[in-house]
Amino acid sequence: MKDNKDIRVVVGMSGGVDSSVAALLLKEQGYDVVGIFMKNWDDTDEFGVCTATEDFDDVVRVCNQLDIPYYSVNFEKEYWDKVFTYFLAEYKAGRTPNPDVMCNKEIKFKAFLDHALSLGADYLATGHYAQVREVDGHTQMLRGVDDNKDQTYFLNQLSEDVLSKVMFPLGHMPKTKVREIAKEAGLVTATKKDSTGICFIGERNFKQFLSEYLPAQPGEMQTLDGIVKGKHDGLMYYTIGQRQGLGIGGEGDPWFVVGKNLKENILYVEQGYSNDYLYSNALIATDINWINEAAIKESFSCTAKFRYRQKDSDVKVTLLDGGRVRVDFVNPERAITPGQAVVFYDGDVCLGGATIDEIIKQENKLQYVG
Amino acid sequence: MEPIYLDHAATTPMSNEVIDAMLPVYKDTFGNPSSVHSFGRKARQHLDAARRVMAKSIHANEKEIIYTSGGTEADNLALIGTALANRHKGNHIITTVQEHHAVLHTAEFLGKQGFDVTYLPVDVNGKVDVNDLQAALSDETILVSIMYVNNETGVIQPIKAIGELLKDHQAYFHTDAVQAYGLIDIDVKAMHIDLLSVSSHKINGPKGIGFLYAEEHVKMNPLQFGGEQERKRRAGTENIVSVVGFQKAVELAMEHRAERVKTYQHYKQLFLDELTNHGVEYQVNGERSEQIASIVNISFPGANVEQMLTNFDLDGIAASSGSACTAGSVEPSHVLTAMFGENNPCTTNSIRFSFGIFNTTENVMEAAERVAKIIKRLI
Repeated sequence: MKDNKDIRVVVGMSGGVDSSVAALLLKEQGYDVVGIFMKNWDDTDEFGVCTATEDFDDVVRVCNQLDIPYYSVNFEKEYWDKVFTYFLAEYKAGRTPNPDVMCNKEIKFKAFLDHALSLGADYLATGHYAQVREVDGHTQMLRGVDDNKDQTYFLNQLSEDVLSKVMFPLGHMPKTKVREIAKEAGLVTATKKDSTGICFIGERNFKQFLSEYLPAQPGEMQTLDGIVKGKHDGLMYYTIGQRQGLGIGGEGDPWFVVGKNLKENILYVEQGYSNDYLYSNALIATDINWINEAAIKESFSCTAKFRYRQKDSDVKVTLLDGGRVRVDFVNPERAITPGQAVVFYDGDVCLGGATIDEIIKQENKLQYVG
Repeated sequence: MEPIYLDHAATTPMSNEVIDAMLPVYKDTFGNPSSVHSFGRKARQHLDAARRVMAKSIHANEKEIIYTSGGTEADNLALIGTALANRHKGNHIITTVQEHHAVLHTAEFLGKQGFDVTYLPVDVNGKVDVNDLQAALSDETILVSIMYVNNETGVIQPIKAIGELLKDHQAYFHTDAVQAYGLIDIDVKAMHIDLLSVSSHKINGPKGIGFLYAEEHVKMNPLQFGGEQERKRRAGTENIVSVVGFQKAVELAMEHRAERVKTYQHYKQLFLDELTNHGVEYQVNGERSEQIASIVNISFPGANVEQMLTNFDLDGIAASSGSACTAGSVEPSHVLTAMFGENNPCTTNSIRFSFGIFNTTENVMEAAERVAKIIKRLI
């Protein structure tokens, strides 16, 4: 067994409280800790100011306080090619992508992991709320104990091989404890606001951001029976189950997005949160990733999440060919959204995940995106 | 692993003699040199003695030396001070694309203030062409600022020829000599230099001190106002202890110049030979025969600056690059871009190694070996 001091751990540091505390904990455990700041997006504004500069400054302060070396690395090109291109393509296809899942898969736990290994690292650590554990020679990923912060949903595409080189020092503690540790240590990031939203958009207006990259094509809002209810600004701006921003007033229940017709550029809307058309019984997902593939059967029951922070639902999983999987719901599910991830769990163990492609209601494919 | 410092062009450790010279001054001399009492006079004596040493080191007269907080302030004072004081004679300033940012950003500032600034190009060897300067000169030109030695490539510029060209022109000739001073014999009078910037911490003196040589007749506005220090050209109570340390560093540099040049040449050759022996593919940026002894800028095809510097540091090699890479952004080196053009791989795969007094044959060889190992691992 190597001493901790001979084990080099590269910590991906964002300048936030989570990764700061992750580095602190590893340092306290005596590891050879190296902090690295990753830049994936150039958000320099018209005054030449970019938030990365300020975030890196926080990384510098924290690392100096912890007495660990710090560096930075640029993955703007990789991020653009692997994450942003996918992000735009999905929106263009009328779907709702999850860039964080793709970023973890392609950047943080691929390009960045490779970089860390090239620096002689034994492990890569991040401030994610998730846990890894070794069972019978296999590495598993478990939910973070803070149910409200658990981030395994975003990590569903990682492989066992990758996870065996990863540490999540915060996985076993609640967020409040993380803040407490940061405060006690007097870290400059102790009270820093958590970043929200998609990293490259930040606090900006999402609609405006998207319109800079994809031409918006306004069209009609119709009920499923073809009654025109108004105009939409472009199908990409809407997601299944959305209520806000439709601008349909009048009598009765509120209106919801229930489908998109890409060919004719129509946004389908119907009334009522519990509108029947928002409910489905099954889905087909693609790009399945099983973390411990050997343990997976042809067909089995488990729980699943269809979006981040949602409660688990009971499902039955059936493997299909071509990396696809069919997921049948024990109870009907509302507003399953193409492009989002479906992530599977056996108790606290995250089994893996896939990308939601088709939604099925009583063996008919719903025109959520068609 | 014992870290090895090969970044003397960024800053240097202080010589022990320098520290020894400063320590008693901390204890014994606290007076304000402007005061009329004995305490003040004692401090003033230190200032004057040091000033004579600095003046002599460049063949100037002692009234022509203005203490500053370092090279950056000296450059700012030279450019902004003379530009503002001579606007009635013309509105045109000439500098080069490869200046240190202390000059480059100051020139850009003056450009925004309405001055017409010409940025001369450099050739693929990193050198300014005097013919380009001649072509750019006009009756409106009031200032020419061209660095003596480039801080990234170490390439020595044709300062003598430029001085010769400008000696009968109204334009003042400023040169940032921060990287040259101490290793090159500088005679401001013979070379017709009107303004020259020097920094203490590049020659094993303390940080926070430097000087600007300004020829006696140069008209220059001050940039900071207050007392009458430095003949009203730089207000503020002088930093006596640092001036004394700086003085010692200058004395040592003058005394050991020839031997340092020889030693650093030897280190440079040794370093390159070791890389070659280890089978590393590289090329030296800038004309070897016209480089200062202490600096070598090496391009490693197939590598990138960020990865190299991180690996170097983790393996105890301190070097740097002209490509700024903070906060994860790699800005290609403006100097290498000027030489090789935009998007040339050299602008993001080159590292500057610079030698100094605490290097030894052994640690230079050891450094080359570590560098070779890393480069071979990365490529």
